[in-house]
Amino acid sequence: MEEQESGIIKKFIYVNRKAPHGTIYAHEALEVVLIAAAFEQDVALAFIDDGVYQLKKGQNTEGIATKNFTKTFGALDMYDVEKLYVEKESLEERGLTEDDLSVEVEVLASQDLKKLFNESEVFFNF
Amino acid sequence: MLHTINKSPFEKNSLTTCLRYAENGSSILFIEDAVYGCTKGTKFEEIIQENQENVKFYVLGPDLEARGLDNSNLITNIEIVDYKGFVKLVAENEKTQNWL
Amino acid sequence: MKFGVLINEGPYQHQASDTAYKFIEAAIEEGHEIYRVFFYHDGVNNGTRLATPPQDDRHIPNRWSELAEKHNLDLVLCVAAAQRRGMVDQGEMERNKKDANNIADKFRISGLGQLIEAGIQADRMITFGD
Repeated sequence: MEEQESGIIKKFIYVNRKAPHGTIYAHEALEVVLIAAAFEQDVALAFIDDGVYQLKKGQNTEGIATKNFTKTFGALDMYDVEKLYVEKESLEERGLTEDDLSVEVEVLASQDLKKLFNESEVFFNF
Repeated sequence: MLHTINKSPFEKNSLTTCLRYAENGSSILFIEDAVYGCTKGTKFEEIIQENQENVKFYVLGPDLEARGLDNSNLITNIEIVDYKGFVKLVAENEKTQNWL
Repeated sequence: MKFGVLINEGPYQHQASDTAYKFIEAAIEEGHEIYRVFFYHDGVNNGTRLATPPQDDRHIPNRWSELAEKHNLDLVLCVAAAQRRGMVDQGEMERNKKDANNIADKFRISGLGQLIEAGIQADRMITFGD
């Protein structure tokens, strides 16, 4: 935690472990990330387990008549949210690779993603 | 660091995922349905015991009791705490990750 | 210590609200301060004024109102989640032209910024969910 003129800055980590459309958690978690961008904190997103599916290319929700919120992941860099990490084991056990993902991420094995956890201060899970 | 798990390991993979992230010296607290994972004779007994060298396991007593479990059902060396104990664990650990 | 609490699930459907309640009770007894309790996703349903649970069971929304009254807790329902789920206070009723409001005593509706602020200001942030 550092104090700056504008206030406290903490390292936030959003842990995303749920698939995108069967429940609202992924969608509403992303809304938190967007609002949080205004607070100029140090933000990282970790996609683990089914959370990796949130970033999959080619999602089209027209047929299920829901909003395709996953398109917004592409706009995160406009909000200065650039630290997106995807767990390697979760991708692999789902038969996915980095090429299947719609945004630029860093793929890390859990032993490396663990370091991010150790550096983070505030953990949000949805 | 404190990790909490609230879902049964038979229902969700949160315990397995948590164990990938629990550093040496961290604490893991089982609450709600996750307490089933602390009982002897399940397929999770071995992985918990393997991790007991590096991680301290706790279980929330009232959640055990609600589910008809007590100390006699537990894997050895899992400490039962009450809600005050839960609070103390959160206070004593700089960081808390709640695996849902 | 100052605790921030996030509750992601509604009353009765999941144990989250109950566990959070017991945790907060214990934290207060231990002398800690509850900076804010933020309700998100279906958690906003904890703030309904209209629940009539069976008499022999706990009244979750009332229990929250009573605890908040006793200890001056800040219970916040996320406005976006509340709007989606039809949790409406006086202000929202007027703004969105609804014909009723249904928020229980001691709850207030506010933005996600309140959650982030809790994350920044509290010493510890705990999430109860599914």
